[in-house]
Amino acid sequence: MVTITINGQAVEAPEGTSVLDAATAAGVTIPTLCYLKDLNCIGSCRVCLVDVEGEGLAASCNTAVREGMVVRTDTPQVAAARRANLQAIMDDHRALCATCVRQDTCALRDLASTFNLADAPGLLPEPAPWDADFPLQRDSSKCIKCMRCVAICEKVQHCAVWDFTGVGPSTKIIVRDSLPIAEAGCALCGQCITHCPTGALTARDDVSLIMEAILDPAVETVVQVAPAVRTAWGEGLGLSREEATPGRLAAALHAVGFDKVFDTDFAADLTIMEEGSEFVEFLGSDAPRPMFTSCCPGWVRFVKQHYPQFTAQLSSAKSPHQMMGAVVKNTLAAEAAEAGRRLFVVSIMPCVAKKYECDVPELSTVVGATHGAGTSDAGLVPDAPVAPELAAEAAPDVDAVLTVREFGRLLRLVGVDCTALSEAPFDNPLGLSTGAATIFGRTGGVMEAALRSAAYLITGENPDFSACDTTAATSETPWMSRELSIGDATVRIAVASGLENTSKLLDALESGEAAFDFVEIMACPGGCVGGGGQPIQFNSELAQARAGVLNRLDAADKLRYSHENPDIAKLYADWIGEPLSHTAHEWLHTDQESWQI
Amino acid sequence: MGRLTVEVAARADARTGEFVEAFARRVEAMPPGQCPVGMVLGQLQASAAQTCGKCTPCAQGMPKIEALLGDVAAFRATAATVDEIRDAATLLRDTADCAVGWQAGAMVLAGLDAFAEEFASHVDAGTCAPGTRQTVPCVTRCPAHVNVPAYIALAEEGRVAEAVKMIRKDNPFPTACALVCEHPCEERCRRTMVDAPVNIRGIKKYIVDTVPADSVETPAPLAPTGKRIAVVGAGPSGLTCAYFLGLMGHAVTVFERRSRLGGMMRYGIPAYRLPRERLDEDIRAVLGAGDIEVRTGCDVQTDEMRTLVDEFDAVYVAVGAQGGKTLSIEGADAAGVMSAVDVLEAIGDEQYPDFTGKNVVVIGGGNVAMDCARTAVRAGAASVTVAYRRRLEDMTALPSEVEAAMMEGVEMRCLQAPASIEANAEGCATALICQPQRIGAVRGGRPAPVPADKPEVRLAADLVIIAVGQAIECAPFEEFGMQHDRTYLCADACLQAPGFDTVFVGGDCQWGPKTVIMAIAAGKTAAANIDELLGFHHKLDCGAAVPPAHPNDRTAYGRVQVAERPARERKCDFKYVEEPVSAEEAAQECGRCLRCDVYGIGALTGRGLEAW
Repeated sequence: MVTITINGQAVEAPEGTSVLDAATAAGVTIPTLCYLKDLNCIGSCRVCLVDVEGEGLAASCNTAVREGMVVRTDTPQVAAARRANLQAIMDDHRALCATCVRQDTCALRDLASTFNLADAPGLLPEPAPWDADFPLQRDSSKCIKCMRCVAICEKVQHCAVWDFTGVGPSTKIIVRDSLPIAEAGCALCGQCITHCPTGALTARDDVSLIMEAILDPAVETVVQVAPAVRTAWGEGLGLSREEATPGRLAAALHAVGFDKVFDTDFAADLTIMEEGSEFVEFLGSDAPRPMFTSCCPGWVRFVKQHYPQFTAQLSSAKSPHQMMGAVVKNTLAAEAAEAGRRLFVVSIMPCVAKKYECDVPELSTVVGATHGAGTSDAGLVPDAPVAPELAAEAAPDVDAVLTVREFGRLLRLVGVDCTALSEAPFDNPLGLSTGAATIFGRTGGVMEAALRSAAYLITGENPDFSACDTTAATSETPWMSRELSIGDATVRIAVASGLENTSKLLDALESGEAAFDFVEIMACPGGCVGGGGQPIQFNSELAQARAGVLNRLDAADKLRYSHENPDIAKLYADWIGEPLSHTAHEWLHTDQESWQI
Repeated sequence: MGRLTVEVAARADARTGEFVEAFARRVEAMPPGQCPVGMVLGQLQASAAQTCGKCTPCAQGMPKIEALLGDVAAFRATAATVDEIRDAATLLRDTADCAVGWQAGAMVLAGLDAFAEEFASHVDAGTCAPGTRQTVPCVTRCPAHVNVPAYIALAEEGRVAEAVKMIRKDNPFPTACALVCEHPCEERCRRTMVDAPVNIRGIKKYIVDTVPADSVETPAPLAPTGKRIAVVGAGPSGLTCAYFLGLMGHAVTVFERRSRLGGMMRYGIPAYRLPRERLDEDIRAVLGAGDIEVRTGCDVQTDEMRTLVDEFDAVYVAVGAQGGKTLSIEGADAAGVMSAVDVLEAIGDEQYPDFTGKNVVVIGGGNVAMDCARTAVRAGAASVTVAYRRRLEDMTALPSEVEAAMMEGVEMRCLQAPASIEANAEGCATALICQPQRIGAVRGGRPAPVPADKPEVRLAADLVIIAVGQAIECAPFEEFGMQHDRTYLCADACLQAPGFDTVFVGGDCQWGPKTVIMAIAAGKTAAANIDELLGFHHKLDCGAAVPPAHPNDRTAYGRVQVAERPARERKCDFKYVEEPVSAEEAAQECGRCLRCDVYGIGALTGRGLEAW
């Protein structure tokens, strides 16, 4: 340990610690922009300047503590230097804050106000061209070249989509090898967005699309919310975690004007029935190990682009919100049509990749193409099987995906006062869910839910919750693994989140250093709770706190096994027959190898 | 008030001089990987600052070119912009009144041609060309990419054993390089901007003098892979390859023609520069790194190559360039005419020549010529003269070597092109006859000598040592089927021999006689690629971590130079010539390191130096 003095206060820190980290640990706040703990300590913005006695100004993020160092963070000289550098950054930033989606969460705007910055004296930079349809949007004119996107994409997410080029003032961030973004190997995890200090990186804004649908009397809007949304939706709206309950979330969705408010959790239970059954079948087969979960479209995009050799080992199950879309369109379309309306399914997701996923033609079903195995009240006429190319031309099962951030903007736009809302239930029959579905939103959750039901499917008995527990999963280590006995079988499972971790796991599987039967991957560190579509708090990693919400909801739920969801049983009885039935395949599964990124 | 003053002008000029000197040092320390478009722009801006503004081509032309180059640098330009730059620079070159203008125009045009790919990338792709990226200068300039700032920082903290480990991460010859490396790492040292390059070799010498390399343990070898690799040639390249492959768990057999190991480090570099016991410190450590078997006295010819390729999983050919080049002049076959390689090779086996009373003339201006000249002095020669056809400053030998030779009494006869060797009736050489040269125009970047209008010069010589380069003996490998370009063996960028899946080639036999550190770099490259070829991606842990940086010491210092023993003393023996670097001197040099792996672009590109 080294002892230094910060603002007159003695502070102990391990050798090698940066002055910034030592100060933060001691409760001294130093403003930063480019600094991203352990990932991007490059001293580029020069906003974290401090005064080191005898040495003058130094960037605290890349200055290591030394015994006896005397640091001041609070002198007028320090403030003036920080301000001058911030002003220089601002002068090259297209500060159109009034219409910027990051206006409330922009680190630069925050500091601009603290440091009393002035308008840029010269011309503002112009945005470089960008593919407006791509779910990940980049406005170069708002980029402050902090390199955080470069760092997070390469070091945490393994994709290295972002790079930099140029000399001096012409240095700029580019897509690697100047590729079009759609071809650059981007998983669409959105971590660059949530770690961008400004509005340079955003998700494509589809709010107006939803407003149009809500305002159209010929459209019946159906909305569903992902498990992880209930942990974070209130963050950007000033709601405490206690206030932002699932019930208030359902009420808010009704208040916005959606006709039907369903819960993706229901579809998560459905996913478990399908994927769990698939896994039980897989266990008895000699198919190459392991089977991978497929709920996370960021992971699916990643594997198909970076490790295509594993694509065939993905579960064929669609992701929960796609399953929900398929069920909604196949079971409710006729009723809507009778009322002269067409369905418009909206998913509210903590995710950017799902904006891509909902547009994949191979993931949409053709309504009425297959008949349910049970008796259908809707009286759908059995039809000949539909060729895949026809399916490709069908309307998507999910018409639009909003991130949690967009949902917040929608609530503000409509003027919903969430604190004043009473709790409301989700609509049924697609609103009831179990605790097993709720934990889908955190790393390990899908695995845990699947194990709870797979064990039941194999042994006919519900396992102990502790036997399936995955709460030890964390993105701090490459992966978590364990072995458990189900009936006579020993099942080796692993859970990874974050794509660098994932790549380590895949490399280990490939080299034979590791061997598992079932592997859950989530692209974002910590799972959907840390998703790229979640609300942004500069330099706060909230995945763990949000996961706690899901675990508490699960623990408090009366139903905690997907196979015990009575509405799931009814859906099978009325429409699908049984897991992995022909209808199940038509609606809920995809041939992973039939579509590429 | 007088009509003339002197003082003020002199003072102003002195200030300018200081500033210019600092400016020149800044240019000298041009960061490796710097975008060339930015460099051309910077050159033009410097030129613009030098113009008087009298003439149109400079006054109007330069700002125009500057703006256009600025557009290219900022990726705002099209191909038409580059054409416009070319037109404007041509006009500047062709119509400017003085060199401030026309030379600037010529520089821009030279830049457009030399960096055409970079300009095209700026225009077409909107980015710098692939590979254009600033790095850590010393690490980049070192052929083996040794993590220089890291070992300097370790040395500064007194952790010299860890410094050795850090060097060995990329180079298993810390001692040999500490003593003889040509230190390309220092060429673009950023410290040059402040005062002068850090004496990196001096620091390394302090490290290995403080802790002998063979007392610092090498990393534990990784688990045996069951793969067998043959290395042909136990020079710096072959032994480096063997070292890393051994650490990776492969079984290595080294085949060496001579009786001892080290290649040109032993049979080319005289002991007074690299004492054999010091070389052995490195070699002992290398041979301890895993399953490495050495077979000396084993000359690999065509048949042996066939056997090796059949029996081993991979073969690395690193036989060096052992043959001395000759001069086809009259009398070259006289007794007393010998090649540098022969002279130095004998010393390798500790057979010191006796030149007592002889007049020795060495032909050549490279480091080998200096080695021969200084060896001749030590062998008791009555006189030692170096005949070189260019000027002193054109010699390819390190200036410090030339200076040391002169201090030891070697006479430098420059601008003397060997014309013939005079011999007596017994066929023994008596003199080297030279045709005096005049230094002429620059050709291919160097001023070329042309025969001068002067009579021939006779340099009395009982012994003539020809040190004009080395050749490789590639016939056996040629016959085995390996490609060669008439002079050297061919390999791709990964050092794989064309047409062979498991044969790699590197070092002097592949690129001609170069330096120890380049041979080491080739050995490291071959080891990595052989490991890949065999289906592994081994990463080695060097056993030392990079220490945190302290802020730059901005005080300008003089550079500590490594001192040599007094010339009159050292020239009488074959003992090591350099004095030790003291702890105080080493501390000051270490403190001058600017830690470019932490500060500046190194914060971004300096990572990943831990593994390769």
